[in-house]
Amino acid sequence: MSLSKHIRTTGPLGAAAPFLAACEGPQSALDPAGSAAALIARLWWPTLFVAILVTLLVLALLTVAVFRAHRRHAALPLNARQSRNLVIAGGIILPLAATIPFALSSFSIGRTINAPLPDDAMTVEVVGKQWWWEVHYLDEAGNRIATTANEIHIPAGEPVRFLLKSDNVIHSFWVPNLQGKTDMMPGRTNVTSVTADEPGVYRGQCAEYCGTQHALMAFLLVAEEPERFDAWLEGQRQPATMPETQAQARGHDEFFEAGCAGCHTIRGTSASGDLGPDLTHIASRRTLAGATVPNRIGHLGGWITDPQHVKPGSRMPPSELTPEELKTLLGYLESLE
Amino acid sequence: MTLEKPANPRDVTDSPEETAWLERTWHSPGGLLGWFTHVNQRMIGKRFIITAFIFFLLAGILGILIRLQLAGPEQQLLGPELYNQFFTMHGTVMMFFFAIPVMEGFAIYFVPLMIGTRDMAFPRLNAFGYYVYLIGGIVLFGSLLLSMAPNAGWFNYVPLSSKLYSPGYGVDIWTTMITFIEVSALTAAVELIVTTLRMRAPGMSLNRMPLFVWAALVMSFMIVFAMPAVIVSSTLLILDRLVETQFFIVEGGGEPLLWQHLFWYFGHPEVYIILVPALGMISTIIITFTRRPIYGYTALVLSVVAIGFVSFGLWVHHMFTTGLPQLGMSFFTAASATIAIPSGVQIFCWIASLWGAKIRFATPMLWVLGFFAIFVIGGLTGVMVASIPFDTQVHDTFFLVAHFHYVLIGGAVFPLIGATYYWWPKITGRMMSEAAGKWSFWLAFIGFNVTFFPMHQLGLEGMPRRIYTYVEEMGWGDLNLLATIGSLVLATGFGVTLINAIWSVFRGQRAEPNPWGAPTLEWAADSPPASYNFRHIPVVHSRWPLWDWERDRERAVVTGLRNDRREVVLTSILDAKPVGVQVLPAPTIWPFVSAVAASLGFIGIIFHPIFFAIAFFLVAFTLVAWFWPRRPWRND
Repeated sequence: MSLSKHIRTTGPLGAAAPFLAACEGPQSALDPAGSAAALIARLWWPTLFVAILVTLLVLALLTVAVFRAHRRHAALPLNARQSRNLVIAGGIILPLAATIPFALSSFSIGRTINAPLPDDAMTVEVVGKQWWWEVHYLDEAGNRIATTANEIHIPAGEPVRFLLKSDNVIHSFWVPNLQGKTDMMPGRTNVTSVTADEPGVYRGQCAEYCGTQHALMAFLLVAEEPERFDAWLEGQRQPATMPETQAQARGHDEFFEAGCAGCHTIRGTSASGDLGPDLTHIASRRTLAGATVPNRIGHLGGWITDPQHVKPGSRMPPSELTPEELKTLLGYLESLE
Repeated sequence: MTLEKPANPRDVTDSPEETAWLERTWHSPGGLLGWFTHVNQRMIGKRFIITAFIFFLLAGILGILIRLQLAGPEQQLLGPELYNQFFTMHGTVMMFFFAIPVMEGFAIYFVPLMIGTRDMAFPRLNAFGYYVYLIGGIVLFGSLLLSMAPNAGWFNYVPLSSKLYSPGYGVDIWTTMITFIEVSALTAAVELIVTTLRMRAPGMSLNRMPLFVWAALVMSFMIVFAMPAVIVSSTLLILDRLVETQFFIVEGGGEPLLWQHLFWYFGHPEVYIILVPALGMISTIIITFTRRPIYGYTALVLSVVAIGFVSFGLWVHHMFTTGLPQLGMSFFTAASATIAIPSGVQIFCWIASLWGAKIRFATPMLWVLGFFAIFVIGGLTGVMVASIPFDTQVHDTFFLVAHFHYVLIGGAVFPLIGATYYWWPKITGRMMSEAAGKWSFWLAFIGFNVTFFPMHQLGLEGMPRRIYTYVEEMGWGDLNLLATIGSLVLATGFGVTLINAIWSVFRGQRAEPNPWGAPTLEWAADSPPASYNFRHIPVVHSRWPLWDWERDRERAVVTGLRNDRREVVLTSILDAKPVGVQVLPAPTIWPFVSAVAASLGFIGIIFHPIFFAIAFFLVAFTLVAWFWPRRPWRND
């Protein structure tokens, strides 16, 4: 079933998912598309099998125990030796036999997943915000070369190092199809690696309760062919395009007059606020508001006018723009490819 | 005093005058004012149980509202603010205000009866603990009515719960009330430990103690070692919030991880504090309804003790995703898997005991059999999440929500309801309806599984916990709807028991002293027991005293206790040899006044630190009154 058939145009939340139509489970640990998630899924299935077996065994024994006397119309208790053997077999040998191989394979998978990355692996720094994700691309010296939000592009087939930070509360970075979660702890930098085997769009979501809008703090992780990724990153490095038409120039001015620049940065202009997402290339993104609504002009207009309707509690204040002002502002933002 | 003292204190005749003396000595005053002076353990225990079940009902309603909000994608029933308050309150109330107090309540009520004594070691402290709990619960729920309830989750992680990110009074109320009611948990624990070790009936050596008493003892020791960690952590947080200490503030050199270590060092044992008494209830019920001695008494006791110890070495498995070093965390994987052994030993001891027995399938037994099915599943998912890599996928998802509801509802609430049916005739003197009990069980059992089983799948499909809504395209709608329907069935199941209980108080069939044919001492008392519990303190010669008496048609009792003051027998810790007589204090208003004074400090400090000083002196004053020596006793 194609998820794109379910685009909603009404209601506070639109659909971010049309971009996810490519995969069956857009956010599922059981549909791995990366090496770490695949290893964990491979641990899961035999574990589930053993768990079902143990459950059935215990319940079968219980059933026999309970109904034995009833069938025979007389009490048929176990003698002390039989009881002892039952307890040793079921209470000691069975748990050991089930947990030791499980613990050992879990250690070995943990080692593989956490193996150090090659030094030249690409590094992305993700900072958890309330309630969105700031994404910085770092060069080999560790300098930030591009900044975006709520949409992380990586080259498919290569391990990518993620530096996870927070300057506010604890968040947790999680893309179930690719990798287990790692918390973003204030005052620390946690490291994880993500490898996407194939190009695709995967959804990630904050997994540590972080306040009012924890529910709508998601992002897209876009794995691309390396050449496409390089082109994308090159584009993101550039400052914003200058207004080309008069309407766009008026929108550019409107951006400052409406106070947007107080919180948002557009590289190449004097807008350098750092409370909200970097908007330098906003038009190139697929979603808005933490992967809550698709980035279409209607949703963008709704989001600017009344963010509290789309995402109650969001730190984005509502704006009082006339329809004309809004239109020029949208025109400008739409040009920021 | 108008009645004469008995002419010969060693007289054991059950003369009506003797009994009237006992009744007068142990009597709890009537009237509204009198109510606040009660100290008898059964009064306090009953209040703990009833209050805890009221909180269970309220938190259950919050749970249903949470389920209704999640029944479909993008629902508008509760907004994020309300939803976040509701899930925080649901978790906090269930863990702190229901689960621990209800287990303590049953222990306070039944441990003295099961060990054959007339009250607990410190009756006034007992009363104090109850009022602290009651006031704490009322204040916490009051905050919800004023719409300023805490909303940072039941484990209240910093920095989200710091002043900067939770500026309102909600988290202040959470931290102060949690600290406050843990005082109540500690008083009950100390009380239970001393009572169990020093007040057992003569002859009840440790190896003859009923398994529920063992469980309550282990629970109490766990409380004594675990609660200080949460008291410390919440006190540090209060200080951070009120006087700007910097224990958890990164910018001031503090460390958010410290909160997690302290909280889970308490929080993991907490789960077993709830589970362990339930295990004791299961053993108790199995013994009675198979009508034969349990197999593996020693193994069962050692398993419970082992669980108590190991539970203190597991806390880091709540922190596998925080970025701690892998090797260190692996230790906690191994330790967590170890729990499977004592749990397995217990399960198979019970199976061995049930094997081929003529089981009486009364309602308590049904809830115990339901426990097996649910707890085994919850235990196995528990082993799964002990794996670090697997946990990184399911941690903080609905898989985990499913897991801990399987363990807590299946492991603790099902046995608890079973125990409620089992002990109900003892507490009220009336039987509950068996037919309604069976309906209640089947509705709850089916409803429970329909609610929580699909959550495993939801978690694996990537649904995080604590989200107030989800977009339709995630495809989580159907299973969530199923879970919501299940939760309504589950609530109906519990509702049937509630109605059954209320009905039984007025219309239930009168209960005999020992309606189930059980072997432990609480069934030797009347139903409900007289204010002095036992007309004569019994002497015990085995683990199954009532079965002995039935067989031998004779019983030994202690004589020589005075009737004109509250006297109980003290015995030695290991062998329960009588070593002395303890005089217990009479009813008084002061524990209540003292609790009110202490709560003034705890609540007031939210608004101004001066209240701490005021309450300090007020409490000191009430303690002087509380411990004021009494003239008639001084002359004894």
